[in-house]
Amino acid sequence: MAVFVYAENINGVYKKAAFEAVSYAKAVADKAGDTVTAISVNPTDSSDLLYKYGASNVINIKDEGLKNFSAKAFAQAVNEVANGNIIVFPHTTDASSVAPMLAIMKNYSLITNALEAPESLSPFQVKRRAFSGKGFMHAKAEGNGVIVTVSQNAFGVKENAVSGSEEVKNLSVANDDTKVISHEQSSGKLDLKEAEVVVSAGRGMKGPENWGMVEDLANVLGAATACSKPVSDIGWRPHTEHVGQTGKAISPNLYIAIGISGAIQHLAGVNSSKTIVVINNDAEAPFFKSADYGVVGDAFQIIPALTEKIKAIKG
Amino acid sequence: MKILVCISSVPDTTSKINFTADKSAFDKNGIQWVINPLDEFALTKAVKLQESQGATVTVINVGDAGTEPVIRKALAIGANDAVRVNLDPKDSYSTAKEIAAVAQSGGYDLILCGKESIDYNGGSVPGMVAQLLNQPFVNASVGLDVNGNEATAVREIEGGKETISVKLPAIIAGQKGLVDEKDLIIPNMRGIMSARTKPLQVVEPASSEVKVQGVSYDSVPPRAAVKMVSPDNLDELVRLLHEEAKVI
Repeated sequence: MAVFVYAENINGVYKKAAFEAVSYAKAVADKAGDTVTAISVNPTDSSDLLYKYGASNVINIKDEGLKNFSAKAFAQAVNEVANGNIIVFPHTTDASSVAPMLAIMKNYSLITNALEAPESLSPFQVKRRAFSGKGFMHAKAEGNGVIVTVSQNAFGVKENAVSGSEEVKNLSVANDDTKVISHEQSSGKLDLKEAEVVVSAGRGMKGPENWGMVEDLANVLGAATACSKPVSDIGWRPHTEHVGQTGKAISPNLYIAIGISGAIQHLAGVNSSKTIVVINNDAEAPFFKSADYGVVGDAFQIIPALTEKIKAIKG
Repeated sequence: MKILVCISSVPDTTSKINFTADKSAFDKNGIQWVINPLDEFALTKAVKLQESQGATVTVINVGDAGTEPVIRKALAIGANDAVRVNLDPKDSYSTAKEIAAVAQSGGYDLILCGKESIDYNGGSVPGMVAQLLNQPFVNASVGLDVNGNEATAVREIEGGKETISVKLPAIIAGQKGLVDEKDLIIPNMRGIMSARTKPLQVVEPASSEVKVQGVSYDSVPPRAAVKMVSPDNLDELVRLLHEEAKVI
């Protein structure tokens, strides 16, 4: 059972989600008694980074036509080199766009949002996220080939160094159905879905002008910032920061919710966080029932004080 | 221009999710059904294109007769007509195959859908339909304009946005931002009345092949009781996060 994994990079640099997917693929390969082959498109990072997590072969696709992302063209490229019956993808926006197209090309089953290593390999069965985090599904694949996407921050990044070798494949895939007009990347901002710590705030912050203290706390923690749905609807914060059922689903190690009451739709996006801290001046806020630690009090006093105390401990 | 909007009937966003006693299925008792919220952004966008460009909007749903109230709501929001494929969908693949079959015979210029449904969260149907039809696919779209046989889509990327031009026919999977939340259409009485007489065609499924099965389901285990910390003792909170939870 040859195991292949798609190691996603952004502008040539491997994402944390790529290392997580390789770690997952290694766990699958160990179970199958086989090795991991990682595939990447135009990486500039060294393949050593993938050997570290268990990939013993790395296929680097070199294709000028794939400088810009197109789900279809990337799926075609991966299809040319992925000759395994188990193919692992991270569940990032781009990879989870490629995986369904590849599943049709290969006539494989596709299971998305896997949370754990598979329960069995034949048939391939795995626990996956469902009902926006309000439940889990144990999904079984039919047929001889399966593609699985791994929910970000669920399996974790696990070092498992092997000695590896690299192969360069020169392809020229047609990429003419979409054309990139402009590309805006905000530099220096942590990717919310990859972040291990997230500081999130809601209407309790009273206005966008008060977000500075939320960002200060996030900076001290090396965290990404997020917000509740009403806050993004009013326009205090961008849509991209909205976490919840219709926003982003996240699973950080630590989620700090400030001034968020904890509607069921919000919880759906964050309840797989490993540790949840809720700060709210309303002792009856439902979010406290889903939290590990709670503080009832004035956020405008608690946040700066907490920021100072964390700064002290971080040295 | 002909637009096909794929809609899924899902539990209302406030629903508590329960499973049957033997954990083999989702328990539908007491559930209110709504249009998948991410599909609603796509539907509203299609109705806006209908107004601005004279497009016709057809909604498609793969589901049993129980989904018809949700389809009627989509018609009340402004779709011209609807197709229901008479199949209780079991997985993304079987759903995508049915949508692709209807799309193929209908000759649509643009297929719009939400990027995933909030029940099974597969996020796979749009990409599968695109590949089955061999059409370009843009996922996670937060903006869309159509000009002749070309669309300009804005898609969310990790840490930013990308604007792309796409040749039609194409499939665009959208999310919040494709239209603003405040622009979502709440059906008025006239819309509800006219929806009753709009065409809703029921077609039988083209195939029944399933590639993934839900074997069993689990609820989320409850968390341990919350530990409350006094706002005057934040040192204790920091200690707990550092020593007990080991997250800072």
